[in-house]
Amino acid sequence: MTAPANSPARSDAAGTVEDAAGPGRFGRLRRWLPKSVFGRHALLALVGLVVLVLVLEATPPFANSQFATMSYYAIAAAGLTVLTGLNGQISLGHGALMAVGAYTTGLLLTPDGLPLVVVMVIAAVVTALVGVVVGAAASRLHGPYLAGATLAFAIAVPGLAIYFHDFLGGEQGMQITAPRPPAWFSDAVYFLSANETSGVKFLAYVGWVTALLVLLLLANLCSSRVGRVWRAVRDDEVAAELAGIRLGRVRVLAFTVSAACAGLAGAVLGVVVRLAAPSGFTIVLSIGLLTAVVVGGLGSLTGALLGSALLVFLPPAITDVGTSIGLDDVQAAQLAPLVYGAVLVLVMLLAPSGAVGIAKRLVPAFGRGRGLRGRSSRDHHSTRRS
Amino acid sequence: MQQFVNTTLTGIGQGAIYAAFALALVLIWRSTRVVNFAQGAMAMFTTYLALVVIERGAPYWVALLVALAGGLVLGAGVERLVVRRVAGNEMAAVIVTLGLFVAFQAVASILFGATFKSFPAPVGLQGFTIGSATVAFTPFTVFILVSVGVVLAGLVALFRFTDVGLRMRATAFSPEVSRLLGVPVGRMLTLGWALAALVGSLAGLLIAGGSLVYPAYMDTVIVYGFVAAVLGGLDSPGGAVVGGLAIGLGLSYVTGYLGSELVPLAALAALVAVLLVRPQGLFARAAARRV
Repeated sequence: MTAPANSPARSDAAGTVEDAAGPGRFGRLRRWLPKSVFGRHALLALVGLVVLVLVLEATPPFANSQFATMSYYAIAAAGLTVLTGLNGQISLGHGALMAVGAYTTGLLLTPDGLPLVVVMVIAAVVTALVGVVVGAAASRLHGPYLAGATLAFAIAVPGLAIYFHDFLGGEQGMQITAPRPPAWFSDAVYFLSANETSGVKFLAYVGWVTALLVLLLLANLCSSRVGRVWRAVRDDEVAAELAGIRLGRVRVLAFTVSAACAGLAGAVLGVVVRLAAPSGFTIVLSIGLLTAVVVGGLGSLTGALLGSALLVFLPPAITDVGTSIGLDDVQAAQLAPLVYGAVLVLVMLLAPSGAVGIAKRLVPAFGRGRGLRGRSSRDHHSTRRS
Repeated sequence: MQQFVNTTLTGIGQGAIYAAFALALVLIWRSTRVVNFAQGAMAMFTTYLALVVIERGAPYWVALLVALAGGLVLGAGVERLVVRRVAGNEMAAVIVTLGLFVAFQAVASILFGATFKSFPAPVGLQGFTIGSATVAFTPFTVFILVSVGVVLAGLVALFRFTDVGLRMRATAFSPEVSRLLGVPVGRMLTLGWALAALVGSLAGLLIAGGSLVYPAYMDTVIVYGFVAAVLGGLDSPGGAVVGGLAIGLGLSYVTGYLGSELVPLAALAALVAVLLVRPQGLFARAAARRV
């Protein structure tokens, strides 16, 4: 066993040196950026907001609904990539956690009850509480044990909805009343773009504003002390423990944060789909999320965004290809999961660092993110664990 | 009382199947330290192959052989082409087997259709009559017990009494030393995966027998098999069998007295309990995890 080539502390130190020197092609640009990390992330989020308004106002209703779908995948994938990529815990239970968020939303959201924002926060809190329990059970597990336990969780949760069918709607699921866009919102949109606000567009805004907030918070969390501790635990448990990090607590915290994201995603899913049903939260959903974060690049929020775009825009394209080569509708619909599976395998075999990893290798200046630092110590992991 | 007896008998039949499935997981874990989450999907695939053969008019026994041979080939292929390349990386192995799981399921839906299809049983499904009561012990249950027993005995014989079995055990015990002693380690790993997939295929056929198959019908079984394997200690074949029977019985009681929707939840509860109280399982020798 060799000593870890780049301990997290050291790689961060390298990062700050790089910041201070600021050489290279992007040096001049970087001087104009805010000095603080939070400032830079907030600026990015603002740019994201502007892009969001432009895109949603320029695209037709169908695309709006696709963007609404993408927003909840993005939220959930961002939560999962932080857990799996930064803390090294794999979870197949995130689909089930989304179900918790969606059902909470369905139970609380009535036409003249609590406002949507409050309901979404409650959904996130409830799911986070579930996440504490699952995370506490999971904190002592690793690798395949953790995967198996969260898989069992994913399979068990939909059964609950069927068991309490009077309360949760059984197989048919629970109808969720989608909130109407408030008047000030429609006015603002009309003022900006002279477009009418459809319900779908409002939900896309809700989803994406939530997603941008989540991404902003997670990005800050990841570059803070908390994120460093998570990476330390991922890279070398023993070294982290020797440095005074309490492994159990750190793991439960990571799982809780990730679960809260899944809960929010579930809430957005609930209002967008207008239904919370057991069939919507199968294991394929969890594996789809895993595909998104693996393809994008484990541990990278940018990667999670790319991956969630893939989850939304790839299936229709593949299904079209399927029907054009003569498959019937049912068969063509199965091509998407086939591609997910094949892509998972191929990415792990050929490019384990995902799309963002490839981009970093091609454009070194782009590679300042710390998501995948320490991944190079994988080889020594493997020799240790065998 | 009669319900208790019937639930118990059903549980033993189911438990034997879970035992076979858990055994397949344990065989792979021992040699490659991978939990094959694609095991259920692979078994589902070979069961569909058997169904195709049966629909062409061939007898059940031919279909059984086709499924088992299909399992051998599939297992060997998966090990050679995919798993070997991620050896030693826990996270990658989990992700890759999950990818295979989804891919196999999708391929089966495309090739064989996503609808429910009934799968025949080789022997009767009518319960034996004792006195005036009919119990839930059918000729098919006997078939399940016998076939699982034969496979178990075969595996024990293979590992105990043959050179190949000895080499496989050596490979699982210490790949590097075995390689130095001239054991073709790679070939042994492939053989191990092939055998495990064969046992898994048998479990898939037995679960399908006399009931309905659809591409996702093994999804819950992979969880039950995993729980059984963990209960017995992932390292111990004997433990897998005992764990399988225990899980089969336990889940059968849950189905009988509480409702079938709660079965996955009960499996989760059992898994969490085992992992928190005795993570090394009931039978594996306690070994400190090397860091």
